[in-house]
Amino acid sequence: MLLKPTADQQSLRETTARFLAATVPPGRLRELHRDDAGFDRAWWERGAELGWTSLLVPEAGGGGSVSGRPVVDATRLAHEFGFHAAPGPLLPCNLVAAALGAARPSHPEVLKGLLSGSVVGSWCLTEARPDGARPEGIATTVTLEGGELVVEGSKRPVESAAQAQWLLVTGRTGSGLTQVLVPAATPGVRLEPMTSVDLTRRFWAARFEGVRVPVEMAVGPVGGAAPQVERQLRCGLVLLAAESVGAMQRAFETTLQWSFDRYTFGRPLASYQELKHRFADMKTWLETGHALADAAAAALDEDDPGAAELVSAAAAFIGEYGAELVQDCVQIHGGIGLTYEHDLHLLLRRVTLNRTVLGTPAQHRRRIAALLAEEGGS
Amino acid sequence: MTSAGPEDLAAFTARVEAWVEANLRPVDPALYEGAFRTDLSEEEELAAVGAERALQRRLYDAGLAGLCVPRAYGGQGLTPEHQQALNRAIEGHEFPVRLQAPTFTPCLAVLLEFGTEEQKRAHVPAILRGEELWMQLLSEPGGGSDVAGALTTAVRDGDQWVLNGSKIWTTGAWWSDWGLCLARTNWDVPKHRGLTVFMLPLRRAGVDIHRIEMLNGSREFCQEFFTDVVVPDTDRVGDVDEGWTVGVRWMFYERLLYETPLVTFPSGLSRTFIRSSYAELARAAGRGHDPAAQELVGEARMLDVAFEVLQERIALGVRTGRISDQAAAVARLFKGVTAGRTRTIAFELAGMTGGVWTADDGPLAERGVEYLMRQAGSIGGGTTEMARNVISERVLGMPRERAGDRDIPFREVPRAPSSPPSGLP
Repeated sequence: MLLKPTADQQSLRETTARFLAATVPPGRLRELHRDDAGFDRAWWERGAELGWTSLLVPEAGGGGSVSGRPVVDATRLAHEFGFHAAPGPLLPCNLVAAALGAARPSHPEVLKGLLSGSVVGSWCLTEARPDGARPEGIATTVTLEGGELVVEGSKRPVESAAQAQWLLVTGRTGSGLTQVLVPAATPGVRLEPMTSVDLTRRFWAARFEGVRVPVEMAVGPVGGAAPQVERQLRCGLVLLAAESVGAMQRAFETTLQWSFDRYTFGRPLASYQELKHRFADMKTWLETGHALADAAAAALDEDDPGAAELVSAAAAFIGEYGAELVQDCVQIHGGIGLTYEHDLHLLLRRVTLNRTVLGTPAQHRRRIAALLAEEGGS
Repeated sequence: MTSAGPEDLAAFTARVEAWVEANLRPVDPALYEGAFRTDLSEEEELAAVGAERALQRRLYDAGLAGLCVPRAYGGQGLTPEHQQALNRAIEGHEFPVRLQAPTFTPCLAVLLEFGTEEQKRAHVPAILRGEELWMQLLSEPGGGSDVAGALTTAVRDGDQWVLNGSKIWTTGAWWSDWGLCLARTNWDVPKHRGLTVFMLPLRRAGVDIHRIEMLNGSREFCQEFFTDVVVPDTDRVGDVDEGWTVGVRWMFYERLLYETPLVTFPSGLSRTFIRSSYAELARAAGRGHDPAAQELVGEARMLDVAFEVLQERIALGVRTGRISDQAAAVARLFKGVTAGRTRTIAFELAGMTGGVWTADDGPLAERGVEYLMRQAGSIGGGTTEMARNVISERVLGMPRERAGDRDIPFREVPRAPSSPPSGLP
C-alpha cells in the first residue's frame, strides 16, 4: 500500500474496495466457483466504469492515469483485487489495453471495448517450457506470408481465453518478436480448459494451428516487439505482486484479530511469545512486500534502469514470502484454516496462483542473477 | 547567496560537486566493506583515524560539515535535501567513515536535542571539526538488550557526580574522545525512572578502556571500567532521573543510522559494493553458469534490494507519521535475518575454499570467517528477539511479556545469584 497516495489514487482504491466488498463477498466467490467464466460480464462492465481497464492506456487512446503514474495507479486496483480475492480478468484486459494503447494507431474499436468492459482480451505469452515465462522461451512463430501473419504454436495458461473476443499472441518472427491481435473465433484457434488453484480465475490452453490474420492485426512492429513485450511482462508481474500483497494484508489482519479472539489454556493466542514472534516475522515480510511492489511500480513509471531487477526482486520475494505468510496464517488458525468454509483459502489460492503464472520465485532469482551477470559483462 | 535564506540547492550542488572533484580522492567502495578491518595494526588504525579527523576538518573549512546543524553551533543550517546532494556528490570518493556513527548519530543528535546551550556551544563545533569523536556508553556486561537495566551508578557529590561501573560493546572507544553514558542515579524507583545521562571524556582518571578480541581477530569493540570517575553536574544531559526520556530518543537515532540528515554517507554505497560481490563470487568459484549458484546469487541480491526499499519505506512512513516510530524494529529485524542469510550464501558460493584458503584465493578467501561472525547482525544494536518483541507489542499491540522488574524499586529487581552485589550503593 502506498504511503503517500494522491487524493485521486486514494479515491480510486476506496471506490473499488467498496464495490468489491459489496458485490463479490466470499459467498459470491463460492457461487462463482461453479461458474464456467468465473465472473459476470455485466459486473465486469460496471467495474470498467470505475476505471479498471483504463489506467495503463494514454489519454489519446481513451484511457488515463489518475496521477500521472499509470502503473502505480493500476497497483492500487490490484491490491484491492488481492485483498478481496476478486474475480475478473484484471490482468489480461489491462495488459492487452496497454499494448494497444502503446502501439498507435492500433485497433481503436477493440481498445474502446476493453475500456468500456464490453470486450475481454487476453494475452497469450507463456508456454509450457522451463523458460516459458520469459520472451526468450517463446517457440510460437508468427510468419509474414504475403499480406498475412500466420500464427503457429501453443500457449498456456491463457487467462479468461474463452471469454475473450481477442487474443494478443506474442510469437517469434525470425530472431525478433511480434505481437498480433487474433479474433478468438478465427479458424485454427483451439481452446482447452485448464484447472487452476484459484476459485474464480479461469485458464485455457490455446493452440494456434495455421491461424491466419491480415498483417494489419500486428500490434507494434513485426519482428520488433521485444521492448513492448518486456514492458507488458513487467507490468503484469507488478500487478501480480501488488495483488498478492493485498491478499497478504488481508490474511495478516484476519489472523492477527483471530489471535486476540481465540483463547487456549486460558490465554489469548496473542499472548504467546512464540506466536508474537511469528507475527513480527510476518509483519516484516508484509511491509517488505509493500515496499517492493510499490518501488517496482514506481520504477516502471519512471523508466528506471533498475526496474527489471526490482520487478524480479518483487516477484521472487512476494512469491516466496507471500505464500509463506498465508500458510503461516493457516497454521495459526489450526484445522479451521484448512476448511472450505473458512475464507482464508481464498487468499491462499490467490497468492499461490500468482507465484506461478509469470515465473516462479526460483526463476526470478535466476533472472536477477542473469541481470547481474549482464551488468558485470560476462 | 543572502544571509537570510538557505543556499539554493542547485548552486549548492554545483559547488559541492566541484569541491569534491578537486579535494577528495576517488576510492574503491569495496574499501568500506566494514570500515573496521582486522588486518590493520594499531598504528595503522590510529593513522587512519587521524586522516579521517583531518578530512572532517577539510569538510568543515569548506562549509560542508553539519549541513543540517544550526549555524549557531558551527553548522550550516541547510536542509536534508542539501545533505542528500552532498551524499550523492561524494559517491566513489573518500569520506570520514569512522566519524559517522556513533559520533554524528546518535551522539550529536542527542546533544542537539537535549544538550544545554553551553554544552552545545562547547561540543557541537568541535565534533563538526573532527576534534571530538564520540562513543555511546550504553550496553553493560550483564545487561544485553535490557539497556534500561543499567547498573553503572552515578552518585551525587555537591556539584559533581561520581561514576562507578562498566560499559561494553563500544566500537573504537580506544581512539575516541568523549562518551554519552547512561547511568543509574536512583535505586529506589522502578528501573526506567532512576536513570540519568552524562557526557564524559574517555581519557579522564578512573576510565580504563580494554579492547575485546572477537573470534575473527577484530579488536575494535571495547569495554570500559569506571572507578570513581568524577563528572561535573554541568556535564549532565537532560534532567536527573529523566535519562530514559533521553535514552528513548538516543536509541531512535541509533536505529535511524544513515537515514538521518546528520550523517554523511555516499548514496548507493552499499548497493555499489554488493552489486558486484555475489555474482563475482560465483564467477571466482567457477560457478557463473551453475543454475544452483545463480539462484543463490539472485536470492542474496533480492534480499539486499528488498532491504533497501523496506528501509526507504519505513523512513518515509516514520517521517510522515504514517507509521509508528517503533516500526524501525521491522527494518532492524529484516536486516538481521537477511545479513545472516546473505553471509551463508556467500560462504556456500565459496565452496571448499570458504573453509580453507590461501592469500591467492581472492574474493573466496575468508568467507568462512564471515560465516563464523554471521550472528553479529542479529545481535548488535539490540537482538532480533528484542525487535520481534517490539514489533509484536508496540507495533501490533499484542500483550506484553511478563517482566520481573516492572513497577518495583530497581533495588528489589531479582538478579542472578552469581551477580556481584558489590558496587551497589
